[in-house]
Amino acid sequence: MKKIISGWSLIKIFTLLVYIWMFAPIVAVVILAFNPQQFGSFPMEGFSFKWFVKLSQNSTILDAFKNSLVLGSFTAIFATAIGVPAAMAFIRYEFRGKDFINTLLLAPIMIPEVILGVALLLFIRWLQQPKSFALVLIGHVVLTLPYVLLIVQARLVGIKKEYEEAALSLGASPFQTFREITFPLLAPAIFAGMLFAFTISFDDVTATLFWATAQNQTVPVKIFGMLRNSISPEINALGAVMIVLTVSTPLLAGYISRKFAKGPGK
Amino acid sequence: MKNKSWKPWILLSPSLAAVFFLLVIPVCFVIVYSFWLRAPSGADIPAFQFGNYAKFFADFFYPSILLTTIRVALETVFLCLIMGYIPAYFFYKTESKFKPFLMIIVMLPFWISFIIRTLSWINILGDSGLINHVLMKIGFIQEPLAMLYNEGAVIMGLLQYLLPFMILNIYVSLDGIDKSLAEAAKSLGCTEWQAFREVTMPLSLPGVSAGCLLVFVLTCGTYLPPMILGGPGNEMIANLIFKRVIGTLDWPFGSAISAILLILLATIVYTYNRYMGIGQIFKTLSNE
Repeated sequence: MKKIISGWSLIKIFTLLVYIWMFAPIVAVVILAFNPQQFGSFPMEGFSFKWFVKLSQNSTILDAFKNSLVLGSFTAIFATAIGVPAAMAFIRYEFRGKDFINTLLLAPIMIPEVILGVALLLFIRWLQQPKSFALVLIGHVVLTLPYVLLIVQARLVGIKKEYEEAALSLGASPFQTFREITFPLLAPAIFAGMLFAFTISFDDVTATLFWATAQNQTVPVKIFGMLRNSISPEINALGAVMIVLTVSTPLLAGYISRKFAKGPGK
Repeated sequence: MKNKSWKPWILLSPSLAAVFFLLVIPVCFVIVYSFWLRAPSGADIPAFQFGNYAKFFADFFYPSILLTTIRVALETVFLCLIMGYIPAYFFYKTESKFKPFLMIIVMLPFWISFIIRTLSWINILGDSGLINHVLMKIGFIQEPLAMLYNEGAVIMGLLQYLLPFMILNIYVSLDGIDKSLAEAAKSLGCTEWQAFREVTMPLSLPGVSAGCLLVFVLTCGTYLPPMILGGPGNEMIANLIFKRVIGTLDWPFGSAISAILLILLATIVYTYNRYMGIGQIFKTLSNE
């Protein structure tokens, strides 16, 4: 019995080490953001908010933030607007070629972003359209659509078809049924899908670097540009802001959804 | 239901249109462009010739980058597997009430921008990073160790990006295994280790293979870690594409390299799907 316990504690220790390994660099970014020194590195020499103040005075960074927020919001809206009906079709109907179409719509997950980036840019070039905000937006919708589909489908499976059929048999129109029955039951998943789409869009850099121009830089693209001249405390500060923003969102959303929805699905 | 067979297509049409026009057609364009020529002026000339592919395989330079990519991807898959399986097994077995909390924490990096996670390693591995700072402070070394700008640093960045995917895939597979199976094996005289090796581990293989495939594919398509954490010799195929397309605007050759990467990955995914089924990956991702 003693041997089993020691094996289990080895697993525990290893897991703990993986956690430390995974979070040490992220914690370092946040700590170094408060280092008043000119070079964004150890050792820490005091504690100051000066890099954050400097960030808030940098108009190109503020513009990038604005671009990222607008882009993420529109991406979330469009991806759910087209993803929710598709998820309904997959869960509520039988039709020919269902598996094939499901795989097709989920394909962006398995296609490397670098290829998505090149392909869409090439297509736009062939159409002789300039790079624009719209290009980044449609690109992000394609990137995030599979995640919205997966999240909404998973939830929809757990909503009994009988509720909808009952409403229909009592004289509700299909649209009324969706508005009064399906949508309220589905709302947590739609919200989760939007949040996911927003965060992916907000964070994406691999494909976005192909699509963005100087005028519509997002925050990650801006960070990439700043990295050209080595890591600076300003980058750490910007990273810290991004980390706090994108980490607190899912935690908050998870807390809210756990409070309000104790329905099926994980 | 039969008389309403057009209904699902109406619901599907916006998504289908988006994926068709923004993914399928553009990818076809990449294939078409890979046969085109590039004029010395930089203009693209429609053609059908294999010059771009011949250029790629003409000498050892480009194929060696392809091989580096595959090697780095395999190393990343291997390390991810070890670093991912044990925590996933811990989540499966643990009865701690903190389990949901611990699982949310392990998924948190997934929400942090890839570029921040990548550059964060500079603070750890750099000349004045955490490791060198601590080692020099305790007098273990006099000069900083050169830990950045090599393959090890690139793999660190890749691992941190991909480990949550691996852990999640393995955990979902483990989570579906009835714990009483291993208990039954033990009551029949197996040791803990034997029960794991003979019962639990084989049943978790679908998740393991799905995780490995995902990590491999995602590694092959990324250029940021080699660009930020690697040196000149650590370029991968995606870096080549990025440089050709964004740097020198050589669309036909950039397209040919993209097509080669696409064909490589498509072959792997197709083979995988044939024998394992791709559904596992989608099933796992929907759990997030």
